[in-house]
Formats: sequence, structure tokens, C-alpha cells
Amino acid sequence: MDYDSLLNRTALEIPPSGIRRFFDIAAEMEDVISLSVGEPDFLTPWHVRDVAIESLQKGRTGYSPNRGFTALCREICNYYSRRFSLNYDYKTDVVVTVGGSEAIDLAVRTLVNPGDEVLVPQPSFVCYDPIARLAGAKVIPIVTRREDEFRLTAETLRSCITDRTKLLILPFPNNPTGAVMRREHLEEIAKVLRGTNIMVLADEIYSELTYNGEPHVSIAAIDGMKERTVVVNGFSKSYAMTGWRLGYALGPAPVISIMTKVHQYAIMCAPTTSQHAAIEALRNGDEDIVKMRDEYDMRRRLIVRGFRELGLDCFEPEGAFYIFPSIQSTGMTSEEFCGRLLMKKHVAVVPGSAFGACGEGYIRVSYAYSTAHINEALRRIGQFLKEENI
Amino acid sequence: MDSILQILNDNPRLSNAEIAAMTGMTEDEVGERISYYEKEGIICGYKTVINWDKLEQTDKVTAIIELKVTPRKDTGFEAIAEEVMGFDEVESVSLMSGGYDFSVCVTGRTFQEIALFVAKRLAPLDSVTSTTTTFILKKYKEDGIVLSSQGDERGADVL
Repeated sequence: MDYDSLLNRTALEIPPSGIRRFFDIAAEMEDVISLSVGEPDFLTPWHVRDVAIESLQKGRTGYSPNRGFTALCREICNYYSRRFSLNYDYKTDVVVTVGGSEAIDLAVRTLVNPGDEVLVPQPSFVCYDPIARLAGAKVIPIVTRREDEFRLTAETLRSCITDRTKLLILPFPNNPTGAVMRREHLEEIAKVLRGTNIMVLADEIYSELTYNGEPHVSIAAIDGMKERTVVVNGFSKSYAMTGWRLGYALGPAPVISIMTKVHQYAIMCAPTTSQHAAIEALRNGDEDIVKMRDEYDMRRRLIVRGFRELGLDCFEPEGAFYIFPSIQSTGMTSEEFCGRLLMKKHVAVVPGSAFGACGEGYIRVSYAYSTAHINEALRRIGQFLKEENI
Repeated sequence: MDSILQILNDNPRLSNAEIAAMTGMTEDEVGERISYYEKEGIICGYKTVINWDKLEQTDKVTAIIELKVTPRKDTGFEAIAEEVMGFDEVESVSLMSGGYDFSVCVTGRTFQEIALFVAKRLAPLDSVTSTTTTFILKKYKEDGIVLSSQGDERGADVL
């Protein structure tokens, strides 16, 4: 069979993840110290796991309604109201999905017609571009810059908008840069978008992980933005529940209703054991979030200091659990840097170029690791720089 | 609780400069706090958790000894505890509620050495009325640290 001729063109043309090779090599090595993983090193809080176990023991193993259990939809809306002063109707404005990823896919597929332009600020999480392309969209990358602390600025946004712009992805707090958009920055973006027909997909999966003061502000909470925003969030990062695969989208009822229809045909409903667990997380998990955030914050400060001591320029991230130091002073490309660091010192970090072409010259370093682990990695990176005469 | 204590409890190898960065204090402030805690006996020492079983030639045996004693008229349990913890072989001494009085952790090179220590040094003490010795066969977790860690199972290919 000539599979190439059979396969979907777009699916075929999407380039494979550029960092696969590194991970394959790293997986073979014995004493690799990795700072590459994009998930919490905490376990899901016990009381959350316990509720899931209990739901299994009681045999609550059937489907839920397509949009998710009503109790969960209600708790999600309570949570957004409590934490971000945003009021959504649990009966019409929320759909529970298989991770935040499915919510992103649903939102894009629901909003985009072939030929529409989707604006993707980069560096950013790797899924937006392929998902938008599979929906037939034309992806317009927007470069965010170190000198703007990797924020999306009104000026750059304005310069990328055309008659065909349908959707802006707003991925803050950002993976991989750790950048956040504060209220004043969002006001500027809102000024550009109000009065247009452009929708916003606000990926807020790291919303609980912001540091240095003010909690996260959702763009939907800015005047005139709720009606043009689909908010995506989930349980993976804030409650250390990555493997449970549970997320959700909040937005205007007419959009959520079509997203729910697509979800119904593609997925039926999100895993119900996870939904039971999520209800418990939202009801009784606020303290867990604070504990984990405080711990990440200390590691963040430790690792920023460490990289600066090594002489690498490092923007101070205020969100998520990554830092994005520049390696331009080494004269290496980010792939070269990561490849050599891995081969010579068995330390795994991710090249910035994996998150968009403008990530070149940077590396993504995760601090979802213990302080001892972080310091051992820093020690080896220090040795590496010395041996490379940098 | 002061975050410095929590940080040191988790990783005592961090420098004052690193702790200062983590907490937003100055290095001097951190140094002063730690000196204070040391002086007040709040920080009593710094210890490394070693999994001795991983070393090929380990001659280290540990036993928990349940000690029943008759408290002394004037000094109660205190004087007995002091006497017991005076032995180099004794790692820890705790006063217990329940069926016996002291839990004493003892290390030695062999089972026999510990047995002799109990028979010749501990049991003959005036106030001791009985001892029960149980040997530790394998340690799984010590001071909150899992000794035979499973490694990091997180998938490296998820961005």
C-alpha cells in the first residue's frame, strides 16, 4: 500500500516534534539529570485520589452527561467566580473535556473555517499550530520578545490582524517562557480586540501558578471580553492531576453548545472517575494549590539565581514552572547546546526552538524538581560551560 | 513555621545565599536566623540519610529495643534516659506511651554485638526491668526520604 497517498495531507505534513530525538537519547542514558519535564513532581493530593477510589468501589463507572457531571460544572463555575471574579452559567457555559488539550482542539474546530487565520504568540506550547492546521486554518505566528518580557503587545497584535483573522490564542501564564500578562497588559490587548469579530482562546492551564504578587487575571474578566473569549483550563497543573486527563472550557453559550456537540460525537464524555476526583479537588483543594505554588516559587527563585550565577541571561519568569534562559552568549544554537549538554553532562533540557522559530537562542528549563536535583543539574551545567570555555 | 526550617529540613546542603534567594531575604538575615536556631537548640544538627544497604560491605545492624524501667524516686525517667543515651551504640532514645517506657535504637556491626550490648550494658542497669530486642531487616523510608526510590516516572516526551 502506498500509505503516503492515502494519508490525510495536513496530518502528513505536520512536522514531528523536533525534540523527540533528544528524549530518545536521554531515555537510553543511565544517569540523566532531567529538567525537561512539563508536569508537576507532586502527587495528586490524597483526598482527591481517595474520592476517585471510593467512586470506583461504589461502582460509579458509567458515562456522565456529555458536558460533564452537573455537580462538576457547578463547581467549575463556582471556582471561576471565587478565584477570577468571572460568572458563568453552569447549565450552558461550560464543557468538561479530556484535558485542556481537548478543550483547545474543540474550540479551534468549533470556531475556525478553512482559510481563517489563527494568531499564535510564540514561543508557546506545541499543540496550537498543528491543531489549527488540522482545522484548515492558516497559522500566523506572533513573535513575543525578551525585551517585552515575552508578553504579547498590542502593537504586534495589531500588525498581525487581517480581514481573515478569526482567533487569537492567548497562552498565559506561558509555557515555555514563564511570562504572564497582568491586568494592564490585558487591557491593552482588549482595546485592540473590542469591536472586532476576533475570538480569543485563553489557555489558562497555569493560572494557579503565578508569582510576585497579583493572582492571575483572565482576559475574559476585562470589559467587553467575556463575550469573545473561550477560556480553557484544567486540573493537570494546579492539582498535579496530569494523568487524569481532565480539563474544561468556559465561554459564551452559543460557542460552548457547538463545542459540546463536537465533543459528544468525538469523545462522548470525559472520564468519570476523573470527574469525581475533580469535584473533590475544587471543593477542598485550595490549600493544596497554595502549598504547591509556594514550593514552586522557592525553586523558581533558586534556579533563576543559579542560571544568573552561571552567567546566562535569564528573564525572571512570573508564571508556570519553567525558566527560559538565553544561551545566545554561548554561540551555539539551542539544539546544539541541548545536544552537547546531554551528551557531555547527561543533563536534559529542551531547546527553545521546539516552541516556535523565535525560541531559538533559548532553552526551556523546568523546575518541577527537588532543590537537590536542581542544584545537581546546575553544577553539571556549570562544568559544561567551563569545559566549553564560555 | 519559618520557611528556613522547612527548607533546611528538606535539603540541609543549600547555602545561605541559595536560601536567601529562595525566601527573598538577605544572606545576612538567613545567617542570623540559622545561628539563632542553632543557639536555641531548635536546629540540633545536620544529618545525611544514607542507605547503608546499598554499600556492598556494610557491617551495620540496627535494632529497636523496647525498654521497661522503674522510674526513680527523684529524677523519674530523665536520669535513666540520660544514662541510656550516653552509650555510643545508641542512636536515639524516646519516651513512649503504651506498653513499655523507652524505645531505644541501637546500631552495631553484627547481630551478636547488639545482643551483647543489650545483655551486658543495657539490661543490667539498675532501673531496667525488661528488654525486648527487634532487629531491623530492611529500611524503606527514613526521615521522610524513600530509600529505594523508584526513579522519576514522568514522561519526558510530554511538553
